[in-house]
Amino acid sequence: MNKIYKHVIADIIRNRIVIFYTLILLLASLSVFSLEDTSSKGLLSMLNIILMIVPLVCLIFSTIYMYNSSEFIELLLSQPLKRNTIWWSLFIGLITSLGLAFFVGAGLVILIFEPSFLGLMLDICGLLLTFIFTAIALLAAVLTKDKAKGIGLSIILWLFYAIIFDGIVLFMLFQWADYPIEKFMIVISMLNPIDLARILILMQMDVSALMGYTGAIFKDFFGTTGGILISFGTLMLWVIIPFACSLRYFKKKDL
Amino acid sequence: MIITEHISKRFGNQQVLKDVHITCRPGACIALIGPNGSGKTTLIKSILQMVIPDSGKVIFQGEDIRGEWAYRAKIGFMPQMTRYPENMTIGEVMSMMIDIRKDQKNLDEELIDQYQLKEIYHKRMGTLSGGMRQKVGACLAFLFQPDILILDEPTAGLDPLSSEILKQKILKEKARGKTTIISSHVLSELDEMITDVIYMQDGQVLFQKSLRDLEQETQEVKLSKMIAKIIA
Repeated sequence: MNKIYKHVIADIIRNRIVIFYTLILLLASLSVFSLEDTSSKGLLSMLNIILMIVPLVCLIFSTIYMYNSSEFIELLLSQPLKRNTIWWSLFIGLITSLGLAFFVGAGLVILIFEPSFLGLMLDICGLLLTFIFTAIALLAAVLTKDKAKGIGLSIILWLFYAIIFDGIVLFMLFQWADYPIEKFMIVISMLNPIDLARILILMQMDVSALMGYTGAIFKDFFGTTGGILISFGTLMLWVIIPFACSLRYFKKKDL
Repeated sequence: MIITEHISKRFGNQQVLKDVHITCRPGACIALIGPNGSGKTTLIKSILQMVIPDSGKVIFQGEDIRGEWAYRAKIGFMPQMTRYPENMTIGEVMSMMIDIRKDQKNLDEELIDQYQLKEIYHKRMGTLSGGMRQKVGACLAFLFQPDILILDEPTAGLDPLSSEILKQKILKEKARGKTTIISSHVLSELDEMITDVIYMQDGQVLFQKSLRDLEQETQEVKLSKMIAKIIA
């Protein structure tokens, strides 16, 4: 295994957007925790910030980075390197530097103000979301040759996972309110990593009591160790499947 | 040394390479010429496996390259236009490339010295002009003393002095018995370097001839005149 990823990381962490992203997260997390009187309120605000900003930045930044690197990828391909190695190196480079940006900007602050299992879980969710949306960005970038289309696709994907998906879920809930679809909703939530992360964190907080009967069913599942493990497993699958697909496609792609 | 056996490639509904069959013997210096969009770059890319042909195969030193990657250690490639990661300095790009080919010792830094790249090793790639990036590309192609040099429009974007330095370097490597493939539109600068000519048009090889044969056929001394006569 070659050490290209080291060079990729060195390149990305000096990127202005990544530095800006770190600072914004730092500013947001510090102000949230110092403004709220209890840390659990702060945690709730942080959760909402993380669920919106992290997927958006990871998707857009990674897609643009992949397109800007297309000539660099060609240059690497002219070297004695496997395509596998090149793609892995870029992925590892991206997730390490974006993960580091998240950890420095938000992760550390969360752990300082909320040094509990909940804080740790929020950190892990943030990191997993970073990995997931970087993997999805790689897939979007490898599927479309045109830069504008690729970035458009990422924005649509973000809109879908962050906003539209919830709309569909709400619609279903209202439409089939008379039927016992709570268990079905657990399966549905697995289809969206953002929702899954949100439910996972909310179930660890007291606010789940506000969610009524659905909340109780969710608590039965997501509140247990088994449920948490299955959820984290699903989040891992959300990293592995898009990345594996992008790798498969990249191996056959003409550059 | 490199043989492409009947390779064809189609991008969408455009046939970019049609049954291309070329042979590069060791020590040859081949000019790959043809109008824009004739498939020169695609042919080069299929030798490097950046483009995977729909049919046919590429034989490199007697072996089919399909699925192989180690053979590229023997190739020095200079692309048409390169962009490097913006925040890397020239020095970092160089050390990364050396990192990739760790086991290749004898580095050829002649071009680096002649272009005085070491003095600007600290500059970031994002701040360099197109010509400067081209120089970095040239240095990288020669750095590992490859058996085969593939240069895609090497002098496009270089100032006259730099392109003369590059030309002298190519001649020197040719004298050492290296195989070279140069694609270029500037026929006048190819005159003194090449031994063979491959002319491509619409994705097909119109002819592959040695310079001597061409001279005899056309009774011309200038490559541009020869090509004009043959095509006409």
